[in-house]
Amino acid sequence: MKALTRGTRWLSGLLLGGVLAFAVHAQGNLEIDTPAIAALKASMQQRHAQLAPMYASGAIGLGADGTVALRDASVVPLAQRGGLNALVAAENADRAALYREIARANQHPEWEADVRRTFAQRWIDRAQAGWWVQRGGAWVKK
Amino acid sequence: MSFTSLRPFVLAAALSLIATACVTINIYFPAAAAEKAADRIIDEVWQIREAQTQPAAPTDEGAKQ
Repeated sequence: MKALTRGTRWLSGLLLGGVLAFAVHAQGNLEIDTPAIAALKASMQQRHAQLAPMYASGAIGLGADGTVALRDASVVPLAQRGGLNALVAAENADRAALYREIARANQHPEWEADVRRTFAQRWIDRAQAGWWVQRGGAWVKK
Repeated sequence: MSFTSLRPFVLAAALSLIATACVTINIYFPAAAAEKAADRIIDEVWQIREAQTQPAAPTDEGAKQ
């Protein structure tokens, strides 16, 4: 009886060790290699060729909420402004889907807002010199 | 009761404490891992070359493009 109890205690200890190892492993990286995320990345990468000159001219900037925002449409010729709006809308739709997909791929849909906040910070931190970013509600040129 | 009979229980309790702590962390948002993931995606979307990024950037990113 006593031996059995000790064995059970050891077994529970080992099981907990397994849980611990799994938790540590799961903690290391976020899953971002899913087909949905790959498709969104490809779409955004393609669009970036058109967006890059807009960032540089200051027509658009990186918002504090992880989106792309129209900053000064007047630097863009009138004829192209409609296209610019569509470009910004499409980019923001992809970004919203990206944040949602990352949260979902990691079995925590409730992380979406945290993912968005993380991305917002990283887009802004890594923006090139001369691009406009939103800080504390105001536009700042990097 | 001698110490030897108590030892498995003490060890299991210690393990359970550590394990609970780790599971708790995993329920909260892993900010550092998210930042790493964001950087990997931003590298690809903006096609940032190795030379322009911080030295810590993984080397296989440039080869994929």
